[in-house]
Amino acid sequence: MSVKRVPVSAAAAGVVGLMAAALVMVFFVAPEDADQGISQKIFYFHVPIALTAYACFGTGAWKALRLLSTRDERYDLESYTAVHQGTIFGALTLLTGSIWAKASWGVWWTWSSNQLVLFLVLFLFYCAYFMLRFSLEPGPRRARLSAVYALFGVALIPVSFLAIRLANDFIHPTVFTRHGAQMTHTMFAAFCVSWAALLALAHLMYRIELLGKRIDANLRDLREALTPV
Amino acid sequence: MLIRAREVEKRYGPVRALRAVSFEVAERGCLLVTGPNGSGKTTLLRLVCGLAAPTRGMLEVGVDRSQLGFVGHEPLVYRDLTALENLDLYGRLYRVPERRERIGMLLERFGLWDVRNQRVSAYSRGMTQRLAICRSLLHDPRLLILDEPYTALDDEGAAVLDRELDALARERTLVVATHDVGRIGPLAETRLALA
Amino acid sequence: MSGYAADVAALARKDLRLELRARDTLPAMLLFVLATLVVFHFALPARAGDDPAYGLLWVALVFTALLGLGRAWVPEREDGALDGLVLAPCDRSAIWLGKTLATLAFLVAAEVVALPAFALFFAPLRGSALAGVALADIGICAVGSLVAAMAVSSRTRELILPLLFLPLAIPLIVGGVGSSVSQHGSKYLLFLVLYDGVFTILSWASFEYVVTE
Repeated sequence: MSVKRVPVSAAAAGVVGLMAAALVMVFFVAPEDADQGISQKIFYFHVPIALTAYACFGTGAWKALRLLSTRDERYDLESYTAVHQGTIFGALTLLTGSIWAKASWGVWWTWSSNQLVLFLVLFLFYCAYFMLRFSLEPGPRRARLSAVYALFGVALIPVSFLAIRLANDFIHPTVFTRHGAQMTHTMFAAFCVSWAALLALAHLMYRIELLGKRIDANLRDLREALTPV
Repeated sequence: MLIRAREVEKRYGPVRALRAVSFEVAERGCLLVTGPNGSGKTTLLRLVCGLAAPTRGMLEVGVDRSQLGFVGHEPLVYRDLTALENLDLYGRLYRVPERRERIGMLLERFGLWDVRNQRVSAYSRGMTQRLAICRSLLHDPRLLILDEPYTALDDEGAAVLDRELDALARERTLVVATHDVGRIGPLAETRLALA
Repeated sequence: MSGYAADVAALARKDLRLELRARDTLPAMLLFVLATLVVFHFALPARAGDDPAYGLLWVALVFTALLGLGRAWVPEREDGALDGLVLAPCDRSAIWLGKTLATLAFLVAAEVVALPAFALFFAPLRGSALAGVALADIGICAVGSLVAAMAVSSRTRELILPLLFLPLAIPLIVGGVGSSVSQHGSKYLLFLVLYDGVFTILSWASFEYVVTE
């Protein structure tokens, strides 16, 4: 089933290493922002977390597409796990975004950050994904409906983003200025290391969760097979 | 062989609805499926007509949807439409040639001509079942799959169905699930007993 | 008429005929939308002005549509008629398209009453607003029909439909409200065309997977 695979323990060690490197770079190497100070450091986590969430949702949609085209139920678990990871990282995006807003502008929520609002919409969408899944009996129907909904989610991302930008014209939120995106080389390096660490973390969590779910499924099959006819 | 099944199994998550079965049905053959409630007769029939896909095993059915007729546990008709409107809709979807004539003929044969303009909600269960059978025969299918077709039929309805199946068994392929082994028994060449 | 179009027509006609006979969904939608508009009058503070009213119009339309969508697949659910349609040799997407067109007809019928009522109670509706309504209707019905079919399979039918539908409806509301209030209404109309394009095609292509195993 799986090809060459880095064993989980090695991957975990790798993630720990990357996270350590990221933390060092963010807190010790990257220069402190003149205006926002230490709170600006959240940016090194908030944005990569958001990007990782997108990557997870994208993976979920890709696996969903594979499920629909091959009918191999293996992809159902993979798609579900990816969406689950995406939702976790999405929730973290909202959390870190809120913390950053509080640290920067003194409010726990602002409608002026398009990305934050987008994640709110996506969070609602993917919560509905889980509600749908939990309300269906396990089987091919649940797999297919989940897959279709996951595909709709990924289509919703760009369309929603566009909508939110357009909405700003008539909603007129209080706009908080944020300093430009010119990053120095060290800042960019810190950002990349952080992003790599988070992607690795997401991938590890994905693998572990998938492993757990597969073991559950195999156990069930075994039990089924051993039940006296 | 029109239908070929090898170790076909159906599971819904942890629940096994149909234990592994293997069988073959030749063109113009007749397969009788028996078994107690819960043994998977309905599941098997749904697999054969394509409403569900097997979890394991190989199932080949040599006809496409336009040549397949199905009578299930539910009549598969619209309550608020009349018999005529129901059959007209299905007639269009199945591209039945000389639709009106064929509908008229079937309704008459099954004793529903006089009530053709009444809504199905006004029918008795027996009449609804007869309409369901009409619906399944409308497009003259090569393969007819019947799940307990005698349910709710009165003596007259059952007699008509007997005649129909008798005539059909010679020209068409039948797969019938029933408790009423006496009726189909003589027609059936193959039997499949699900535990 | 080509085979596909004939199938869609037969199916849409069936839905219209069913509603004409039962006469439960459309009157309910009409009454609901009127009642909602009246509620909004009481819900809007005096100083609010016209713009919030346009926003609430869209809330009313989306929730009225939800009411109709909740009933859309009921005839198929009874007596297993959906199985009958799935077994038929027609393209499964035709089933979706027929249902979408019928739902669209009901929604438009409800709006024929709702929009003049809104103009009467609150504020006039300009051309781009009406165009916005028309375009958004397409998106609502296309996505709604698909999502409603999903909800039918679920244990919690009526509960899950709004949850599945509302996040997908948010862009439609933005487009609709924007076309009603903004100076650059055409920008929002174009956006609605984009939404309709993307999600209609997606719904059309994925319906097959929603109704089969």
